[in-house]
Amino acid sequence: MTRRLVTLALILGLGLALVAPVSAQETPGVTKTEIKIGNTNPYSGPASAYGTIGKAIAAYLKKVNDEGGINGRKVDFISYDDGYSPPKTVEMVRRLVEQDEVAFVFQTLGTPTNSAIHKYLNGKKVPHLFVATGATKWGNPKSFPWTMGWQPTYQTEGKIYAAYVLKNVKNAKIGILYQNDDYGKDYVKGFEDGLGAAGRKLVVSRQSYEVTDPTVDSQIVNLKNSGANVFFNVTIPKFAVQAIKKAHDIGWKPLHLLNNVSASVDVVLKPAGIEASKDLITALYLKDPTDPQWKNDQGMKDWLAFMQKYYPEGNTKDAFNVYAYTVGQGLVHVLKQCGNDLSRANVMKQAASIKDLSLPLLLPGIKVNTSPTDFYPIEQEQLAKFDGERWVLFGEIYDARR
Amino acid sequence: MDRQITRQGPVPGADAATRDGAPLDPTGSARAAAGIATTRARGDASRLAALLVLVAVACALPLVLSNFRLFQFTQVFIYAIALLGLNILTGYNGQISLGHGAFYAVGAYTTAIMIDQWNVDYGWTIPVAGLVCFVAGFLFGIPALRLEGLYLALATFALALAVPQILKYFEHWTGGSQGIVLSKPDAPWSLPLSADQWLYFLTLAVLLLLFGLGWNLLRGRTGRAIVAIRDHPIAAEAMGINKALYKSLTFGVSAAYVGVAGALSALVIAFVAPDAFNVFLSITFLVGIVIGGLASVSGALWGALFIQFVPNWAQDISKAAPWAIYGVFLILFMYVMPRGIAGSLRLGWARLARARRGTRSER
Amino acid sequence: METFIQQVVSGLATGGIYGSVALALVMIYQATDVVNFAQGEMAMFSTYLAWTLLQAGLPYWAAFFLTVAISFAGGLLIERVIVRPVEQAPVLTIVIVCIGLLVILNSVAGWIYSYIQKPFPSPFPQTPIHAGAIVFGAHDIGVIAVTLVVLAFLYVFFRYTTLGLAMRAAAQNPISSRLVGIRVGWMLALGWALAAAIGAVAGMMVAPIVFLDPTMMSGILIYAFASATLGGFTSPGGAVLGGLLVGVTENLVGTYVPFIGTELKLTVALAMILVVLVVKPSGLFGRVVVRRV
Repeated sequence: MTRRLVTLALILGLGLALVAPVSAQETPGVTKTEIKIGNTNPYSGPASAYGTIGKAIAAYLKKVNDEGGINGRKVDFISYDDGYSPPKTVEMVRRLVEQDEVAFVFQTLGTPTNSAIHKYLNGKKVPHLFVATGATKWGNPKSFPWTMGWQPTYQTEGKIYAAYVLKNVKNAKIGILYQNDDYGKDYVKGFEDGLGAAGRKLVVSRQSYEVTDPTVDSQIVNLKNSGANVFFNVTIPKFAVQAIKKAHDIGWKPLHLLNNVSASVDVVLKPAGIEASKDLITALYLKDPTDPQWKNDQGMKDWLAFMQKYYPEGNTKDAFNVYAYTVGQGLVHVLKQCGNDLSRANVMKQAASIKDLSLPLLLPGIKVNTSPTDFYPIEQEQLAKFDGERWVLFGEIYDARR
Repeated sequence: MDRQITRQGPVPGADAATRDGAPLDPTGSARAAAGIATTRARGDASRLAALLVLVAVACALPLVLSNFRLFQFTQVFIYAIALLGLNILTGYNGQISLGHGAFYAVGAYTTAIMIDQWNVDYGWTIPVAGLVCFVAGFLFGIPALRLEGLYLALATFALALAVPQILKYFEHWTGGSQGIVLSKPDAPWSLPLSADQWLYFLTLAVLLLLFGLGWNLLRGRTGRAIVAIRDHPIAAEAMGINKALYKSLTFGVSAAYVGVAGALSALVIAFVAPDAFNVFLSITFLVGIVIGGLASVSGALWGALFIQFVPNWAQDISKAAPWAIYGVFLILFMYVMPRGIAGSLRLGWARLARARRGTRSER
Repeated sequence: METFIQQVVSGLATGGIYGSVALALVMIYQATDVVNFAQGEMAMFSTYLAWTLLQAGLPYWAAFFLTVAISFAGGLLIERVIVRPVEQAPVLTIVIVCIGLLVILNSVAGWIYSYIQKPFPSPFPQTPIHAGAIVFGAHDIGVIAVTLVVLAFLYVFFRYTTLGLAMRAAAQNPISSRLVGIRVGWMLALGWALAAAIGAVAGMMVAPIVFLDPTMMSGILIYAFASATLGGFTSPGGAVLGGLLVGVTENLVGTYVPFIGTELKLTVALAMILVVLVVKPSGLFGRVVVRRV
């Protein structure tokens, strides 16, 4: 009996030993014909709505491969499900780096999830490129030279709205509705920083909600009764629709600032009602696929063709798919710049030297820029007002660098 | 509600486990009873041998496995500790909890805050986390005494829901939704081990200690009292068992196990955030003990293997809908092994033993 | 005062939603003795079904009743095919099967319909109703009315029809029921079917307010659990009342207790339920089950 168990254990140990990986090559994940890139996304669990970003990036990279790859190399894009749970992200990213031996990690999604792998990837000197979160901490090349953000930060956007309110509203009394997590709090922080010490007193009411709350009706009622005449609405699409509709239903007509996250014409504004959505103000940097003004835009047409051919199960109303396509193009740009030197150091170096790159689905005039001291690729946004049919851009392009 | 408990109560496997090594025989034939003495002696010896081999294999794994695989097994051990804790409460004592993720969070945050705010050496934080959770569990167990079955399950569920919100509220201590980033501890005494290897051994040591303690607790007087309360609460009281004390103590011990697991996870992941401790964590723990086998010490290990590895297989099969695959796995597992892996193994073992005895008696 | 009344009104509106889902939970618990964790996802799936029918051009009420009928059949099927094999297993095994069902339905819905939220029509007028300074939606009243109709239907069904009585008997005492000729297996299946149908109604009432997406029900299910627990799992009326209570309490706590504000309102609502439970362990209107030993 005992002997049999020992034999079993030995066989088991031997089997496991064979599974253990062999020593690494020069630059892990890079061969003459291929480059391996890793990613995590929530394909399951409560945050599954974001999962389409990972799927759309995979589809875009398939298109790139079909068209011959980058400098003769095909991209092997390995994306794992982390269910938006930080411990699972750690496990999956370690699987990518240590087992799959990817060249680098790209567009890992979520603030808490990326926080969990931040130190690990920098310790391992693995590029942690274009992370999919709007938190501010990703552009810190001094302490974390291997991590780089992508989209405008939530705080930047908050500041844009603050500047607008200070400039245009007299006797502003501000009510804020925000999601009680890092995303909501970052927006509020940027906004209040932008208002400054004196302006902060203008905020008369702050109301939060949890993602699990069924409605935000109660919060809207409180905001209205606080006497606010400016409404800063930091909500994800589901609650944005409710908030816009409820505010309209109870006859509250403030200056309504809606965060970029929920600025979709078809998904948010139309369901909330044209009447209720009119004159909403937001800040944009991407073209909204449901906004009729881009109907004949070449970039949008190309994107639609891509969606039909490579990601037919994806939803063409979903702005996440536009986002994914654009960041995919950003990645391809960096890899092209790398030429034949795909070492990790060079990937970071090229990612940190993007000059005035325009991408087809960024708003006209908005460009990607990085430098060895600037790890925030997109830092420009433009305000827009909803006229009942489309977002009408107005004012200058706001640039956080200046 | 009581009906639920009665339906859950007579889990044949449960009794067998507490009687330690006695063969399972749901039909309760006399033949089995006669064989108990000899089987137990033989069972104990082979069990001990199996255990020693397992420990030896576990100690040898770092020699052959990559750091990543070790990290995965460290996670398995951590889950196993948590599952044993939950199993003591739900499997042995019959109190269903859907909120043990909350104690996992409390344990993890105790460690993280002690290291982050007070620079306490990480080694000390593990027992402290266990102690804090013991007290928290004991205190929660007192009002929970009034609740049974379903209502207790839902009350604990409320606990699991509230914890992330509370963590976010006390931002000064917990770092709010940003969480707390820690550093992975290196091996002490200049041992020639990587951080992953060191944490693996540390977790293994804690696991062995807690499993030993748990096994000892459950096989003795206390264990019999705990099980008696589950199966025949009134009779147990008539026998002089202080039901209230035992039930809340069980709650405390169970929470302490889960808290220690949480503390270890904070060290291994080197990061804590409210998003890591959502309701699904508590549900995952419940899945773990039922799949592993209720009221079974070894079941905790099986369950831990399941909740660590099966979701990974599910997503390797389908990225489009990994949860659908996972759900199918869950349901199929329950069809094939309605009493969990440990229960099925025990059943198979007993059948085998009976078959052997049968052939022998026929000559 | 105005704020107070407006908060109570909007609390009643959300409470109506909780109550309608809680009703489905109580239903299945009464009929089968199981807490169905997949109840919310089943309702969500039914609502997608209704959405598909509406997209295909069916008029609202046709789609409504067709969805209820299909959900009824679906519930029956789920019990016969998925729950049946573990019927005799410990109750936690059934719970795990329900959790399996939950993740499958959630994942498949996202896969088929994507996670983009969809507007869902309401059968009630869209314009808000003004009563003095107080504003409420016609749909909000509609939800509560529909919930009460379902409640009345259940009351009559379980009290006065042979089938309803047989179902109760089968749940409470399967062995004796079998002896008097009740087909217990089918009664359980019927319980699932009814719960699925009620869930479908609840889903179609909820969707116009919270919009249709695969996670639509996960938050509401939590509140429905709280409502059913508060009201007592053995009392359908209690569950509905519990829902209204939870809705109103939550709003008032979030509005009037300053240090709690909205950031802890869920926690406080849950804590209050715990207190109620400690005082009345079977919920406010629940029946205490006495067991003979």
